[in-house]
Amino acid sequence: MGIVTPGFRGRRDASPDLPPGQYLTHDFPVLSAGPTPRVRTEDWQISVVDEAGGRRDWSWAELMALPQETPSVDIHCVTRWSKLETSWRGVSLDVLLADVETAADFALISSYGGYTTNLPLEDLLDGKAWVVHEYDGEPLHPAHGGPARLLVPHLYFWKSAKWVRGIQLMLQDEPGFWESAGYHDYGDPWREQRYQGD
Amino acid sequence: MARAAVPGRLAARSAWRVANLVEVRPETPTARTLVLEVPGWPGHLAGQHVDVRLTSEDGYVAERAYSLGAPADDERVELTVQVVGDGEVSPFLGGGLSPGDPLEVRGPLGGWFVWRPEDPSPVLLVAGGAGIVPLMAMTRTRRLLGSRVPFRLVYSVRTPADVYYADELLNPQPGDAGLEVTIVYTRESPPGGPPPSRVRREDLAEHGWPPELAPLCFVCGPTGFVEAMADALVALDHDPARIRTERFGPTGGT
Repeated sequence: MGIVTPGFRGRRDASPDLPPGQYLTHDFPVLSAGPTPRVRTEDWQISVVDEAGGRRDWSWAELMALPQETPSVDIHCVTRWSKLETSWRGVSLDVLLADVETAADFALISSYGGYTTNLPLEDLLDGKAWVVHEYDGEPLHPAHGGPARLLVPHLYFWKSAKWVRGIQLMLQDEPGFWESAGYHDYGDPWREQRYQGD
Repeated sequence: MARAAVPGRLAARSAWRVANLVEVRPETPTARTLVLEVPGWPGHLAGQHVDVRLTSEDGYVAERAYSLGAPADDERVELTVQVVGDGEVSPFLGGGLSPGDPLEVRGPLGGWFVWRPEDPSPVLLVAGGAGIVPLMAMTRTRRLLGSRVPFRLVYSVRTPADVYYADELLNPQPGDAGLEVTIVYTRESPPGGPPPSRVRREDLAEHGWPPELAPLCFVCGPTGFVEAMADALVALDHDPARIRTERFGPTGGT
């Protein structure tokens, strides 16, 4: 136990679904490092590029034609808010990565606007990650990453890159935007991996 | 001795340190500056933040992040806390803590929303309400180092009573030549001032820098404010890659 600060009691909105150090929020805060990019769906595409440079692209219409899932998941931001049972609609990364032949262990995600984030490839597979384009039954707002963002709810939410445009498969791990600025490479909220060294 | 910087080992930055509250200064009716003594503090860059951890007698823990409002004075650091009525931590920090009380902090944290004094680019600071805090650390660091980098600050507040660091911002300090401060009042202006108004794109054009000068722009405040200001700067042809934002608070919708 840490040092006791006299007189502090706290609100204690603890829930078994709340990872350590998180508090519940019912609104949906926005955290981004720069201006919100506006990407029109007619200009939008997403690519998967393997370590040999092999590339596969999907247009917006092609993404919409893929099987859609409606995950309902808890999300946890490194700035300490958590939001439970959020509803999304999108395409599982298992679908986008199904035909890729790769020996890669890592992925570097890139976004419209220049954001990047890295994570192990296995964290994108087996029903753990989606490219989502609806939140709560509505098209995803640009401030929340629309037209489409990554959703990887078992990791801190900065890994769920807004405005996603590319998935680069890598043999070696390479830190993304926040990971280069001192944030944790993996970011498991249940182990409170907020910063490097945690 | 005052210090402005600098990098430390990562492990040192993520380690919790026991700090003591030295002094509380009221800034506005709802904001308090806390001066903390942090043994072993490694120094920090303007714009960085700390995590604060409070532990109750029975072991309940709450943690929040707060921006540092000034360069470190040796092992002393300053945070300014806006007391949020229904908040869990800020009402306690703003009113329940007494000088001498211990609390835990770690940092400095955040390596993106920072001003590096060696960068000669002109700087535009755009603050909404409590968003002034990390930007104030930038103007104070500039002063401390005797930097001549041109700075312009556009600060949006509701009323004259809501201006943080009012004495310092309204009365230029020695070393502040080259810092231009524009305060925009959104609800109530001081006597004789222009009528209240939101910060408009024209205000940023007039009181900011032309995009040709490629300024580095820092925008901090509530989400809606930051969205509007960052969009306005992009519309004025500023390079989105040179606009750094820090947002806080609820969105008021999704």
